[in-house]
Amino acid sequence: MIEVKNVTKIYKTGDIEFQALKGVSFTIKDGEFVAIMGPSGSGKSTLMHILGCLDTPTTGTYFLDGKDVSTLSDDNLADIRREKIGFVFQSFNLLPRTTVLRNTTLPLVYAGVSEEQRKERAVKALRAAGMDESHFYHLSNQLSGGQIQRVAISRALVNDPSLILADEPTGNLDTKTGNIVLGTFQKLNEELGRTIILITHEPDVAEHADRIIFIRDGQIIEDGKGHSKRDAKHHA
Amino acid sequence: MKTSDIIHETYTALLSNKVRTGLTMLGIIIGIGSVIAMVAIGQGAQGTIQSNIQSLGSNLIQVTPGSQGGPGSQVSQGRGSARTLTHDDAQAIEKEISSVQAVSAELSGRYQVVGKGTNTNTTVMGATSKYPEVRNVSIAEGSFISDQNLKSLGKVAVLGPTVRDDLFGEGASAIGQTIRISGVQFKIIGVTVAKGGSGFQNQDDMIFIPLTSAQKFLVGDDYVSTIAAQAVSSDTMSQAQTDITDLLLKRHKISDSTSADFSILNQNDIVATASSVTQTFTMLLAAVAGISLVVGGIGIMNMMLTTVTERTREIGLRKAIGAKRSDINKQFLVEAIVITLVGGIIGVALGTLVSFGLTTFDVIQTKVSIGSILLAFGVSAVIGIVFGYYPARRAAALNPIEALRYE
Repeated sequence: MIEVKNVTKIYKTGDIEFQALKGVSFTIKDGEFVAIMGPSGSGKSTLMHILGCLDTPTTGTYFLDGKDVSTLSDDNLADIRREKIGFVFQSFNLLPRTTVLRNTTLPLVYAGVSEEQRKERAVKALRAAGMDESHFYHLSNQLSGGQIQRVAISRALVNDPSLILADEPTGNLDTKTGNIVLGTFQKLNEELGRTIILITHEPDVAEHADRIIFIRDGQIIEDGKGHSKRDAKHHA
Repeated sequence: MKTSDIIHETYTALLSNKVRTGLTMLGIIIGIGSVIAMVAIGQGAQGTIQSNIQSLGSNLIQVTPGSQGGPGSQVSQGRGSARTLTHDDAQAIEKEISSVQAVSAELSGRYQVVGKGTNTNTTVMGATSKYPEVRNVSIAEGSFISDQNLKSLGKVAVLGPTVRDDLFGEGASAIGQTIRISGVQFKIIGVTVAKGGSGFQNQDDMIFIPLTSAQKFLVGDDYVSTIAAQAVSSDTMSQAQTDITDLLLKRHKISDSTSADFSILNQNDIVATASSVTQTFTMLLAAVAGISLVVGGIGIMNMMLTTVTERTREIGLRKAIGAKRSDINKQFLVEAIVITLVGGIIGVALGTLVSFGLTTFDVIQTKVSIGSILLAFGVSAVIGIVFGYYPARRAAALNPIEALRYE
């Protein structure tokens, strides 16, 4: 459960102030698949950072699972990220020269999970992300773009987060691979009931979600149901 | 983050760029290695000098003529140049002072010595029968000067092995031959055992003749240039020194000890002085080597800063998925410490090997002490912490958003 109320974010560079978010409010229920869409410079990245507990709002409140996380310290935010949030980045960000399995278990390393449990959970997450078992011990630099993104998704899944945040997850992929990845997100949402927030500037990508929040100049312009693609697929 | 994870991360990170890790480590290896080797050379020199001093006789108190500078005098006369000590003084010391077990009165000078068609310039030592006992000299063949020789002003001589080699050829028998010292003929009655070259007073390059003969035929006066008294034990040395001073002041009728016409030197003092000199020398060598250690440490800091910059995105990712500042800090600090510790171990091995090699190939005496090894380890760990701290802190303080965007 995500509750954002009147969130603003002001960046200061010397005397110049830049207001990236101008009072944003919305609620996302557990199990929703939401796309946040907007052109570059609209403030969607800033919003993503705040939702992902990488940053805190200048004013306003952000409740994640009923807990106010808008005023926490660096290390406390790290705790929240470790326990409640899974990230999938545009540029993959896997550890180089490291096996698929090790990459997936990285969040568990910082959570202090035991060695056996780590493997068990990583295998589960990798399967859920559609990763073939034969690739588990491949090094990250031997994988294709689609495979890398699947590893990134399983890494986001492995600590059993209440929220998966994907920042332009298909930005570096061709359309076909991108669709496979988006399909994986849909599957996770439908079958495992994960809350997923997708940040993108492409309408095509956003249409995979159930709900689209459109943002421009730091304000929400439109917050409505996603349509077409998913429904179309369901109806087809 | 568990210890096993930190070890795993460090291992992976260090092996992912072996050449760079190796070169950085080389800086520490050379630094620690040279500290170990330099300290070993210094301590070896100290040991050599001390054993040289001890080889001149143990528990020695040496009395030499010459004032220590009377009242109002800033300049002390050259030691040994004055003629204030006599054989009687030496005998009085031996008789009256209980803490002294043997006394050798000596009169030395350099003379031209002519042998069988050859000649050499060497030290001629007027000695008594006590000389071998006090000065730690033994006889290889023949006999040393006896009390009878002393009484009868015998024209007999005992040669050091170097002099024997110079005058009669290496290893030749010299007993029964004659030599001329300053025109006076002496008959050779013995040769001493070689003691090896010692820097201070090379007893191998010396001719011993009876003290009385030296006084009568060579100098023409009855003073002695040194009285060497051997204390019963090293504990009684300072007592013996005081007693000898008091006795000689009384015999020379001097009431004020500052205007004494002799100086007295305790062997322990000589050893202590020599030790402090070699210690300074060791410190100097260690300091020079220490500079290379600091340079090695800066190399580590440089490498760690490069690594942090290179791995900015990785750090951003780690923070995004829940690593705390302390986790990142630990990871990079441990990396730096592992480099210095492994470098330290190899450096200690290398330094020890070099010291061992120098001793084996007879270049210079060395002595590797446990202390310097422990110190080297301590220093290398401290260097790892000091020079790893700043890069690790920088890594830990990175903002995850900016770090993830870093190209």
